[in-house]
Amino acid sequence: MDFESALPRIQHRNRRRQQILLILAAGLLAAAGLSLLLGRYPAPGLISWSQLTSDNLAARLVFGLRLPRLLTALLLGVTLSAAGMVFQLLFTNPLVEPGFLGVSQGAAFGAAFAILFLGHSMIVLQSSATFFALAGLGFSYLLARRLRYGGWILRLVLAGIAVSALFSAGLGLLKYLADPLSQLPEITYWLLGGLAGITWTRFLSVLPVVLPGLAIIYLYRWRLNLLALNDETSFALGATPGRERLLLILAAVLPTAALISITGIIGWVGLIMPHIARRLFAADTRFGMPATMLLGGLFTLLCDDLARTLLSGEIPLGILTSLFGALIFLGLMMAQKSRGKA
Amino acid sequence: MSGTILSFQDVVFGYQRYKTPVLQQLDFSLQPGRVTAILGPNGVGKTTLLYLALGWLTPWDGEIQLQDKPLSQHTRQERGRWLALVPQTEHTPFDYSVFEYVLMGRSPHLPPLGIPGQVDYEATWQAIEQVGLAHLADQSVPQLSGGERQLMLLARAIAQNPHLLLLDEPTAHLDLSNKARLIRLLRALQARGTTLLLTSHEPEVVLAVADDVLLLEADGTACFGPIAQIFTAETLSRIYQMPIRLVEVEGRRQVLWT
Repeated sequence: MDFESALPRIQHRNRRRQQILLILAAGLLAAAGLSLLLGRYPAPGLISWSQLTSDNLAARLVFGLRLPRLLTALLLGVTLSAAGMVFQLLFTNPLVEPGFLGVSQGAAFGAAFAILFLGHSMIVLQSSATFFALAGLGFSYLLARRLRYGGWILRLVLAGIAVSALFSAGLGLLKYLADPLSQLPEITYWLLGGLAGITWTRFLSVLPVVLPGLAIIYLYRWRLNLLALNDETSFALGATPGRERLLLILAAVLPTAALISITGIIGWVGLIMPHIARRLFAADTRFGMPATMLLGGLFTLLCDDLARTLLSGEIPLGILTSLFGALIFLGLMMAQKSRGKA
Repeated sequence: MSGTILSFQDVVFGYQRYKTPVLQQLDFSLQPGRVTAILGPNGVGKTTLLYLALGWLTPWDGEIQLQDKPLSQHTRQERGRWLALVPQTEHTPFDYSVFEYVLMGRSPHLPPLGIPGQVDYEATWQAIEQVGLAHLADQSVPQLSGGERQLMLLARAIAQNPHLLLLDEPTAHLDLSNKARLIRLLRALQARGTTLLLTSHEPEVVLAVADDVLLLEADGTACFGPIAQIFTAETLSRIYQMPIRLVEVEGRRQVLWT
């Protein structure tokens, strides 16, 4: 078959993938619009537009509380799933997620540390969580450089596991020391993750880190494929694997650290969304990356809608993302099995 | 030194400083459009030499020039357009299609952070067709056989459209018919003016394609010359340390050993 007859097929596939992306984007926008109106004020359900314009409290509620929360949920989902995709490619391992280089456990330790010793200010807690998340990353990186075992990627994985274990031991100690009536519940609540306390200030405070990181990842959406190859091959294709991989790891980890410092630990988004995107578009990240971003945003937004509306009290978001993430993961594995039989 | 595409000038390289270097005083140059085979026993540094030519490894001493300019002074993208590598094996963890995988060969021809377009699709398709994998273009890479994989890696390098193609044991996983096909492909590349530098353990492959031979000895030294001069029973017996004879069967030279 010559190129003239092959080209329409290639173009058709690209168009089809773009259409799926458009559908996802439209779905995300619609979900975001509905979510803004959805809540328990004045009654469980959707708030009407006339009420929004006439009721002062309703408008303040929607634009002062729900909107920043909704945007944070979107940004969180987009970032975690994009970072997860970057990690899974660079580490050529479909089971890694953005927090594993000591970042999640570092943030958790930092938050608990702030709750125990640094008082109750949110800004202090956020700073402490960010600081220890970055410390976890830096420590993993330095440790990986010092290890004398295996290739660079394997060393990073090992270092990440070791550093995470150290922080989780430290976290265990802090929990043990915490006052079981006041501090321990606060630590537990933070660890479960949630967006209840999000304000415009806190949302805006993470943007300077999150947006550049996401922009880098998006621009790299095709080139990322090259960086998943063997070092020599990647180099032969004109890439500078060491430097470019480091750039992408930072572009993935820094926004993740910034976001989990205001939301707590949100599990499974970064692990599952890239898998679904690969189901849709196979391995190529050119369309897979935008897809995973949109899917992550949609998933987190819907989980947060449930978190704030299902019960009269707030359900921690991390519980819902883990629950639905794990269910989807199980579904994917079952589907794979039955497809293999056919 | 004009008229050479790649030259090694007194290159010394080793992996660990306190050990003796793997390669000593390597000095040779490749003429455009010629096929050079690197021969030598296991572990003597054949792949190392390819990685030096690629620029992935840097010599301890001496200089490697690409087109009369030190390799390190070419930009990464320039080098990607000049040189391509067909590695011996490659781990592919995710299920790319053959087309998507070969398309990656176009990256040195794209602007920074560019996305491939129709020109790249065409070059990719032609490369896939040239190696005879057009019927597998949509196939998932992990499902390919060893021979198909090897041909796909060659297609990626062809899509890169290099002046100098480096191949590491290109026939290692191939059956007889695929081996013959690969040899035909290498000759076709040479006919288009591509310079080839390949390592091989297989004398019949070397005899079939090589114009020049670079013979690496166990002590890290090397000799370089036209195949008729270097590829003799004496030198082969010496480097492999066993009796080897060259005989002519139906007009073709063959290697005999016991």
